[in-house]
Amino acid sequence: MSRVALRPTRGIPPLAWSALGAAALLAVPILIRYGAPGSERYYLHILIQILIWSFIYTGWSLMGRFGLTSLGHGAFTGIGAYTTVLLWNVAGLSPWLGIPVGIGLATAAALLVAYPCFSLRITGHYFALMTLALTEFVRLCIVGWRDYTGGSLGTQPQRAPGGVSITALQFEPDRVLSYYIALALWALGLWMWLRVDRSMDRYALDAASQDEEAAASVGVDVTREKLKITGLSAAMCALGGAVYGQYQMYIGPDTIAGLGVSLNIVFGTIAGGLSVLLGPTVGAVFTQLLSEVLRVAVQGSGLTAQLGSAALALDTAIYGALLIFFIIYMPKGILGTILEARRRRRAGAP
Amino acid sequence: MLSVSGLTKRFGGFTAVKDVSFSVEEGEILGLIGPNGSGKSTTFNCVAGLYGPSSGSIRLEGREIGGERADRVCHRGIGRTFQIPRPFRNLTLLENVALSAYFGQGGKVDRAQCWRLAEQALDLVGLPVDPRAGTDGLGAAALKKLELARALATQPRLLLADESLNGLDQGEMEGAADMLRRIRAERGLTIVWVEHIMGVLMRVVDRVVVLDHGEVIFSGRPAEAQADRRVIEVYLGAEES
Repeated sequence: MSRVALRPTRGIPPLAWSALGAAALLAVPILIRYGAPGSERYYLHILIQILIWSFIYTGWSLMGRFGLTSLGHGAFTGIGAYTTVLLWNVAGLSPWLGIPVGIGLATAAALLVAYPCFSLRITGHYFALMTLALTEFVRLCIVGWRDYTGGSLGTQPQRAPGGVSITALQFEPDRVLSYYIALALWALGLWMWLRVDRSMDRYALDAASQDEEAAASVGVDVTREKLKITGLSAAMCALGGAVYGQYQMYIGPDTIAGLGVSLNIVFGTIAGGLSVLLGPTVGAVFTQLLSEVLRVAVQGSGLTAQLGSAALALDTAIYGALLIFFIIYMPKGILGTILEARRRRRAGAP
Repeated sequence: MLSVSGLTKRFGGFTAVKDVSFSVEEGEILGLIGPNGSGKSTTFNCVAGLYGPSSGSIRLEGREIGGERADRVCHRGIGRTFQIPRPFRNLTLLENVALSAYFGQGGKVDRAQCWRLAEQALDLVGLPVDPRAGTDGLGAAALKKLELARALATQPRLLLADESLNGLDQGEMEGAADMLRRIRAERGLTIVWVEHIMGVLMRVVDRVVVLDHGEVIFSGRPAEAQADRRVIEVYLGAEES
């Protein structure tokens, strides 16, 4: 009788806490302005990164929590970011139209790979490998098409005059505005997560992750359910990738596409907690702070001199080691483990 | 209601079911029996859409359903249980059954209604434990009841019960048999009961179809089956010796 899940859903903090949290998050830029006047842009930058990655992680967790482990999400963020920037740079198409196109392309790519996987019952490791191939394919396309994409050096959206522009969806110079955009994106991610969690599809996917044949026998169209969540997950990651590109004003195959990004997404989400609402957010706080600390530590030490640019790969190596730690010792992630411990304590169990 | 004709299922070079034909009348309980490996589970799984038949036809109320996917077969009004219970262990009892009520009817029903239907189905099979509990604490008999509740929640007109009362004690077997009878009475269901132990089944079913080595060797009333020489030979013979 261990897992007593409450109907209709679990994991929603009480309303009062949510309101308090929302107010605090809205007030953050003011607090930073008066609390740390000299480094306002720096702190906001870190928060913006955390929020955008939280959204991407949340998108991944939508399917990851049902045992659909995709290593293809670095492809979806890449498609979202590159489509948006290339349409703007080459065709002059506003990101307001470019982003939907990017989302459409990423969703199409996701369904194209996922459909044969799901209908042929390719699951687990093999599904992960198929999606891994997609990531590599997209990265090679980006690198190979260097006249437009800038190859492995990456490229930049052409700056609209004046810096901040609504039509060009460029907001980077105004960090406070950027923060609120990232915050809205993050809230959208949580809303999507809750919608999925409260839907009947959630039960179908939970059931299918346990036993596909039994799920089908009670009327669940397993392939369709899995395609729906995959499409949604890819679309969210494409949107996250596009916004990330617009904020950074730079996109590169290593920063927003490719295997490194896929692994970062998987690692961050698992570290935070795969199947709780704020798990991916906690994961993003963790990975972003970790990479920031490592960056500062590496730059401050003599390592860069000795290792050259290889020192920049140090954080990836540490990610890898930590991922092993989390999978073995903390499979529920940081937040998942904390919530479970609290629930146990409340239930009075040993 | 259901008519199977000339059903053949081959797995590679092995023919599990060969030219099997039988039909089920509306409102009856048909026993599909045979020793282990006689092809009854394969026949069952072909009807339920888990396997596509190699040849032959399966018709539900005149419409061909052979080769349709399991979820479509379910939407057409056939509910099934699994011989070895396959609960969704990551969901509560009520969630197990509620999702069946929702998706079993093609997702076209009101969600609040599904939770009510799930509670009714749990009541009907007599699962008295807390519906919000998980499946971990359930014994063999309770898991079979959960299977049944899940199948019933899909609101079938035909219930395929892969019962296999093996592993239950005498009282539980009687209970299971009574339950099928009660379900027919309350829901007006047609039932196909697959089993390899004859004892309890013979008192409940209206007709039996006996399979051996993938072929039908007898079809008729239970009393006649028990007197049939071939049935005794291939089926009961082993038990008497």
